[in-house]
Amino acid sequence: MDLIAATAQWLADPLNWQGPNGIPSRLMEHVALSGVSLLVAALIALPLGLWIGHTGRFSWWIVSTANAWRALPSFAVIGLLVPFTTVIDPDLGFTLYPTLVAMIVLAGPPILVNAYQGIAGVDGELVEAARAMGMKESQILFGVEIPIALPVLATGLRLAAVQVIATATLGATFGFGGLGRFIILGDANRDNGELFGGVVLVAMLALATLGAFLLLERRLVSTGLTRRAAG
Amino acid sequence: MNHEPLVRWDWLFAHLGPIADRVGQHLYLAAIAVGVGFAISFALAAISIRRRKLYPAVTVLATAEYTIPSFALFAALVTITGLSILTAEIPLVLYTIILFVPNIVAGFDSVPWDVLDAADGMGFTRGQRWWRVELPLAVPLVVAGLRLASVSTIGLVTVSAILGQGFGGLGYYILDGYQRHFTTEILVGGLLSIALAVVADMAFVLLQRLLTPWAARRAEVR
Amino acid sequence: MTVRETGHARAASLEFHGVTKRYGRGESAHGAVNDLSFAVPAGAICVLVGPSGCGKTTSLKMVNRLIEPTEGQILLDGVNVMTENVTALRRRIGYVIQQVGLLPHLTVGRNVAIVPSLMGWSKQRQSARTDELLSLVGLDPERYRGRYPVQLSGGERQRVGVARALAADPPLMLMDEPFAAVDPIVRERLQDEFLRLQHELAKTILFVTHDIDEAIKMGDLIAVMEAGGRLAQFGSPDSVLAHPASDFVAQFVGEDRGLKRLSLVTIADLSLEPSAARPGLPTFGPGTKLRDALSVLLAADTSGGVALDDAGKPRGFVTVDAIASALAEGRGTVANP
Repeated sequence: MDLIAATAQWLADPLNWQGPNGIPSRLMEHVALSGVSLLVAALIALPLGLWIGHTGRFSWWIVSTANAWRALPSFAVIGLLVPFTTVIDPDLGFTLYPTLVAMIVLAGPPILVNAYQGIAGVDGELVEAARAMGMKESQILFGVEIPIALPVLATGLRLAAVQVIATATLGATFGFGGLGRFIILGDANRDNGELFGGVVLVAMLALATLGAFLLLERRLVSTGLTRRAAG
Repeated sequence: MNHEPLVRWDWLFAHLGPIADRVGQHLYLAAIAVGVGFAISFALAAISIRRRKLYPAVTVLATAEYTIPSFALFAALVTITGLSILTAEIPLVLYTIILFVPNIVAGFDSVPWDVLDAADGMGFTRGQRWWRVELPLAVPLVVAGLRLASVSTIGLVTVSAILGQGFGGLGYYILDGYQRHFTTEILVGGLLSIALAVVADMAFVLLQRLLTPWAARRAEVR
Repeated sequence: MTVRETGHARAASLEFHGVTKRYGRGESAHGAVNDLSFAVPAGAICVLVGPSGCGKTTSLKMVNRLIEPTEGQILLDGVNVMTENVTALRRRIGYVIQQVGLLPHLTVGRNVAIVPSLMGWSKQRQSARTDELLSLVGLDPERYRGRYPVQLSGGERQRVGVARALAADPPLMLMDEPFAAVDPIVRERLQDEFLRLQHELAKTILFVTHDIDEAIKMGDLIAVMEAGGRLAQFGSPDSVLAHPASDFVAQFVGEDRGLKRLSLVTIADLSLEPSAARPGLPTFGPGTKLRDALSVLLAADTSGGVALDDAGKPRGFVTVDAIASALAEGRGTVANP
């Protein structure tokens, strides 16, 4: 009970909602880093996944590599990046870049693999029927394959987003701010209110993201794909 | 870090013993988590298969847990369990459950009903059917879950380094190296933990092929 | 492309000249289709029929260039399809397949309007055409326009597939086992409806099936294909049934080919001695197939029955012998228009 009270008290304290170390600015840092890394990962992984899904070219190699990427521990990736990013920029290379790059590495594989599987999973007969009606390859990709694969594509993006938001807290250990900072400080100062406050904030952010993605998916995916057959 | 060379080989050779100890600790922490997690997950999966209504609840809980960073769980548990092995193992076990349960349930779901019908028709008892038909056919997805969970756990063990010296396996070197601006330590910890994860991944791919020569290559649920 | 006007509908002639499709190269090359030649006049239904693996679907797909021939030419109204722009060619050819291939994320209305929209028709013209076609295939536009494919039965889906193929009023339709996925009762109804539709539209149709009965029923012309992608026989259903060109064809059309021929001839086709009404004997309308009439006579254990004319008046006396001699004379005319 003390824990809940302490957490509530910390969250309610107006002092914690002010200044460069306050909740709003840490939240913004967290969201900005997650958003940028998700965007960059999507810009790389989506076109690649769509392309190998549509053509089937190199798909085995690329998907196997992406699945192996998934085995990379983020904590180790962030750490390993430090010696190299500090060469580029001694300051940001020690605080921001390692976490940013590691989050891109983390987000890429689920986006790529789902894009590939979604497109490759579209019934070949359907694609051939579209081709037989005189659709061009680009019309088939954007008019047939992507709309049908959308639930799978969206699942990849959603998984990546939630994973990045949860994992970006690790950045606090490596000089990056974000919501993880409260957890680190709470742990170091034996301040349970701050520690659990940080945990609550991260979980809320991840759940809100999850919810937002699910809502968006429901709006974007055609009802023809979600409705069950009528009798 | 500018004055130091990227790798100081003398440090590396002087610390081969402690490095081996850290590898051992890493595998020990991961093995306990995977073993305990697998046992709990199998029970949970068995219950979910029998009582289908419970399964959505299990997946919702798992998703909710997914949104809490491992890092936060480790730190939070210190206030409850202190600095004991439980502080590291409880989060590790919880995360394996997220990966195990869907794979085990999907594994048993993947057994075609006509095969079960045929087994019943040939006079298998309930137990014989489970042991000789359902389990072998569920193995590909179960092993796929084992593979995912092992690899993920090996990665998460590094995070437990934030708990202090006695934890983290190779993650200790990553954190210590970062804090001391000592790249050799970061590289040793980072590269070896990645190597452990990759080796474990490959070992399970091999195990998968050996156990289920009839199964397709890509069989896993995320 | 020149197009023949048949009433309000357009149809094109289709010719295969020495068409061959080989897969692989050198030693390992094997032929899927071998030196296929035949001609289908505008407005006729030609059925490619044969056992699985005989290359009938490959032949069909070479017309709209989903597969490209290794050798030979396919002429659509005298123009080699290989010389045309591939997407323009495909938009002019209707395509119906067994799995229908409706796009699951689009409504029935938008599925039907796909080719018109690709061709840049105005929205108004698209929706008018969609409603017209749905009515044509027997689906109420008000009820069906906004539904999704998952909400349709197998038979309804197949009708939408036909409507979609007809959307841009193509002079040629390719149909690959279009009715194979539905149950026998629905299949028979779809076949009958399609024949009625074709009576009005008079499209040129290339139709693939493995079912000889369907081929006999649907085809003005039948191309029987055998393993190795060779044409075993080409002709009207009656001539194929009456004079199989080889043992393979005889076996493929079945021992009962005589009976099958009877299903191509109706009571109206028989010339009969005049007859008065004879109470107690079975009567046959003018559209009754001889096969069905024979079956009734055998089951009723009588030597004959009464043929009726369109007005329902007795027209003549039908006997088992008269039916048998109709076969012998080879007087059967094709039942299909």
